[in-house]
Amino acid sequence: MAQIKTAKTNPVSEFFSKLFRNQIFIPIAALLLLAIFNLIADPSFFKITLGYSSDGNPVLSGYIMTILDYGSELAILAIGMTLVTAASGGQDISVGAAIAISGSVVLRVLCGTDSRPETLQAPIIVAFLVSCLVAMAFGAFNGTLVAYFKIQPMVATLILFTAGRSIAAWINNNELPIVSDKVFSYFGGFLPGIPIPTSFFIAVACMIITALVFKFTSLGLYIQSVGINQNSSRLNGLNPEFIKFITYVILGFFVAVAGFIKVSRLSTINYSVVAKDIEMDAILAVALGGNALSGGKFNIGASVLGAYVIQFLTTTLYKLEVSSEALSAYKAIVVIILVVMSAPIVREKLAALIKKIKASSAAKSAN
Amino acid sequence: MNFKKILSFVAATTLCFSLAGCTKAPANSGNNGDLIKVGIINNDPNESGYRTANDKDMKETFTKENGFDASFAYSLKNDEQIGYAQKFIQDEVDYLLLSAADTAGWDSVLKDAQAAGVKVILFDRTIDADDSLYEASIVSDMAKEGETAVSWLESQNLPEYNIIHIQGVMGSAAQKGRSGALTDTAKAKGWNIVTQQTAEWNAEKAQQIVQSVIDSGKSFNVIYAENDDMAKGAVAALDKANISHGVGKDVIVMGFDCNKWALEELLKKNWNYDGQCNPFQADYIVDIINKLEKGEKLEQKVVVMDEKGFDAATITQDDVNNYGI
Repeated sequence: MAQIKTAKTNPVSEFFSKLFRNQIFIPIAALLLLAIFNLIADPSFFKITLGYSSDGNPVLSGYIMTILDYGSELAILAIGMTLVTAASGGQDISVGAAIAISGSVVLRVLCGTDSRPETLQAPIIVAFLVSCLVAMAFGAFNGTLVAYFKIQPMVATLILFTAGRSIAAWINNNELPIVSDKVFSYFGGFLPGIPIPTSFFIAVACMIITALVFKFTSLGLYIQSVGINQNSSRLNGLNPEFIKFITYVILGFFVAVAGFIKVSRLSTINYSVVAKDIEMDAILAVALGGNALSGGKFNIGASVLGAYVIQFLTTTLYKLEVSSEALSAYKAIVVIILVVMSAPIVREKLAALIKKIKASSAAKSAN
Repeated sequence: MNFKKILSFVAATTLCFSLAGCTKAPANSGNNGDLIKVGIINNDPNESGYRTANDKDMKETFTKENGFDASFAYSLKNDEQIGYAQKFIQDEVDYLLLSAADTAGWDSVLKDAQAAGVKVILFDRTIDADDSLYEASIVSDMAKEGETAVSWLESQNLPEYNIIHIQGVMGSAAQKGRSGALTDTAKAKGWNIVTQQTAEWNAEKAQQIVQSVIDSGKSFNVIYAENDDMAKGAVAALDKANISHGVGKDVIVMGFDCNKWALEELLKKNWNYDGQCNPFQADYIVDIINKLEKGEKLEQKVVVMDEKGFDAATITQDDVNNYGI
């Protein structure tokens, strides 16, 4: 906000070129574009109604709420994916499989040996913490391969991508455990008395924690410098291997959080399809946020916004009842446009073009 | 250079021979007088609940006590399965039971089987090969599953039909059969399909599709999901929006596959209907083998299994125990 205010005092062209160069411009522009499209197509898209759930709790519903609800797991993953991308200049493609694993662990701890227990065998918080540990361990595995064995991130994480869902199947002995506990379903649904989806609060909490960590430590700066130039960071006393490693462990934590929400939504898990293709959406969110996929500077807020843009798009397509086979094709077209628009070269050109138009119109009015 | 080439050639040949030796080894060990020797090639039992139940059924039926000497091989890959088939033919099994991963590529190995006098019985999946190459094929009729479900829906005599149709992976046999029945009847009877989208057997996607219909404010009173997982996802969306479902409630919920947990939902009257996709082919196979052993001729090559549809109003705990997978 402050940035825009100061920009306003500058000449208009300056303001525009600054805006175009700002990283968060692309996700905001995409969001506005989608919003305007929906406003024209059907204004009722933005209608939010207050109803009551079957337990008598107030619940807000409507497309916007749906976006905030279902986009949250992706937003949480996007935070971690941004860090991994920034530090190691590559992406973790195993997050979907890792979600299957951590979700299975949650259910395993909650259910004990019985796949359909009457009462929970362990407190929910314990299940969550165990799944965090497991997911962070798998993150550490990926991180070790990338940081210490210097394997390309995509290749290194391909291992877990391939094996993850089988490991998840093994954790629960191939059964589909079902938890019938009301409290457990709050995390993917609504807390009693609060009409906003819980998953959104969890996403916000994740963002706040990350922001605080970056404010009170230099981790953000370290990650950025390792991503920009590994050797000069080493010369400045940083340990690039360890910083890369730690970003994968952090991503592991966010994977556990996202997995926890996913299992809570249905109170069960189908390890073969849960969070399918979510890694691609998470990478896309990072790209949409204007972060260079080759590492370096990053903006987590932009990635999170990118994640909600993707969910906005998905929800819009569902609303338009785009024929089911064509859904991903439409998505791809929009994605191509957005990604091309967010490429630095295109944005520089665009900024220059606007500048030119402004200049010529200014010249005209002077005449 | 030349010497190296020769050396590697020799090494490779010895390796080949030693490998061949390995595969042949079990043939000598398992030559047990009057047991019927069967080789069973199946898909990976981890693939789905259906496959797990199918494999369990096979293992329980083809035992020594029942007069069989059975060997099992699993793969989701066609070429690996063909490899197993060749091994079983070398082992001189009497019967080769096959659930093929893919429909193509089976001609030559089945010809080998025929030449070696191995009788082939297909179960669950059919293949693109001349039907002289196998004795029988035991399959589910997905179209019939769909018809049973749709005629049940018709018998409910709802004042109006507004249906959310959640499809499986497009083009799969189950999707085609189960979709076809609904689409045809809806056209003929003037039922309104509120939305028709694929959730690719995925509960989360089904939840989003139903959520989207709820958000749009359109009214609906039937959810026709092509498997249990997707029905579960749909129900999660209904629960969130406080829409009642089940017997005598606002929305009728229909699923397929008869997972145990799904039948339990029926028992609790939260869902209305579940169509069976029968994984218990072993009894049918035993029946056919007995006939062939007696030298009888089979009336038909393709055997379609009996498949039930369960109504929440009439389902019993016994049904859940017997048919749940």
